[in-house]
Amino acid sequence: MDKVIIAENLSLAYSNDETIINKVNFSVDSGSFVFITGASGSGKSTLLKSLYGGLKPDQGSLIVGGVEINGVSRKKLNFLRRHIGIVFQDYKLVKEWTIEKNITLPLLINGYEKNVTQNQVDSLLKHVRLKHQAGKYPLELSGGEQQRVAMARALSHNPILILADEPTGNLDDYSSGLIWNLLEGANTQLKTTVIVVTHHIPATMGIDYKHFHIEYGSINEVN
Amino acid sequence: MKSIKNHFSLVIALVSILFSIQVFIIVDRSINAYKENLANNYSIIMVAQVQIPEEKIKAINPLIVNVSELNPEGVIKRLNTKMDKKNLELLKITLPKFYKLKLAHFPSPQEIERLTKNLLATKSVQKVENFSSNHDNTFKLLLLFKDVISVFSLSIFIVTILLILKELRIWQFMHNERMSIMGLFGAPIWLSSAVLFRLSIVDAIIASFVTFIIFSYIDSSLWIARQFESIGIEVVVFDKVEDFSLLFAIAMLVSVLLASLILLGHKEEV
Repeated sequence: MDKVIIAENLSLAYSNDETIINKVNFSVDSGSFVFITGASGSGKSTLLKSLYGGLKPDQGSLIVGGVEINGVSRKKLNFLRRHIGIVFQDYKLVKEWTIEKNITLPLLINGYEKNVTQNQVDSLLKHVRLKHQAGKYPLELSGGEQQRVAMARALSHNPILILADEPTGNLDDYSSGLIWNLLEGANTQLKTTVIVVTHHIPATMGIDYKHFHIEYGSINEVN
Repeated sequence: MKSIKNHFSLVIALVSILFSIQVFIIVDRSINAYKENLANNYSIIMVAQVQIPEEKIKAINPLIVNVSELNPEGVIKRLNTKMDKKNLELLKITLPKFYKLKLAHFPSPQEIERLTKNLLATKSVQKVENFSSNHDNTFKLLLLFKDVISVFSLSIFIVTILLILKELRIWQFMHNERMSIMGLFGAPIWLSSAVLFRLSIVDAIIASFVTFIIFSYIDSSLWIARQFESIGIEVVVFDKVEDFSLLFAIAMLVSVLLASLILLGHKEEV
């Protein structure tokens, strides 16, 4: 099976501070569903950040979607990010854009045609149950609704990889359920690789998944 | 409403810059027109023992563009009743020659001094009257007026630049988040900064047209025309093609520079 992520002796650190992830080795198969857990401050989000090139490896090698993150050019990094869907804990929605336009963003960047874009956005708005709120701005929505918009945005361009940082943290059961369903759907139906950083793996997960746990800078697979 | 407010602050700053530039242009034109007017009315009187050819006088200093010999008939006529014809003829021959010299432009005090020296150094030139006292006062007044207006325009320009720098910080804050989010989804820099450049170009166009309207109105004002007429000059207050092109180019340059500075100062938040 193809590997979508390969990390060898990977160390991560913020500037000259203490090393957060220390010489870890792991790989992620294409089309798999992966959970990364760990205590607060263990480096889960830092690892996720390195996967979209937001943090360059301090040591070792990290290959994502065939692109070596260490020393990657801006052009190549942009190319990689165009094939990744990211869901942030703080949503990162453009406040001055409507939620419809926010969902359109990856499609716009990837140069999709207007009719394709509109159909895709309409379909996603239905999936996240926000069709009636399409013209609203992010700050007019609740946290759960904003996270559903962020989810729809991450899925809009059918990425090869979805990275989600605590996508259901502080959300009600209804919004959490919708988000897990969408992530499972993307993985099973579209064969998208999904990596989720979370404190708790939902008990209702209906698919096979891989589980990595981070502790003291090391990453271990949990069986 | 928020969008209008965003445009408003930069448009006001740009209009202030364009306004101060155009005012400076008008003052400069007025002073040049006034100097030309003064030059037309200003002349130097030279007295020579013998007649000197016009070309020879012109060769003394390139500032001299026109030479006319003053006719002594008028003075002699006044003496006519007291002298006999023979003596009058003798007087005509022995009387020194008076020349009126017209200059290319209104000279500076230094140019006048140099010209007077050149003329006096010429053989047979006895006296030169340059009316320097009157000339110096007028010239100094003109320079003072120009300096005051320059300082005034420069002050407006500096205050506006400070306003724009403040605006830059607001814009940086406003656009940084959106540009960072777009960057996280792989947008190239030209795409993530497109909104910023579009906004600044639109503001430059609006500011140019607002300035165009203001100065077109001033240009058509009879009161302004009468003020210029009263000092004997005619000034183009606003050239709708030349001045507008210049102001438009400046507005574009300032706003695109502003957008570029924001782009250079952009730090991706990840």
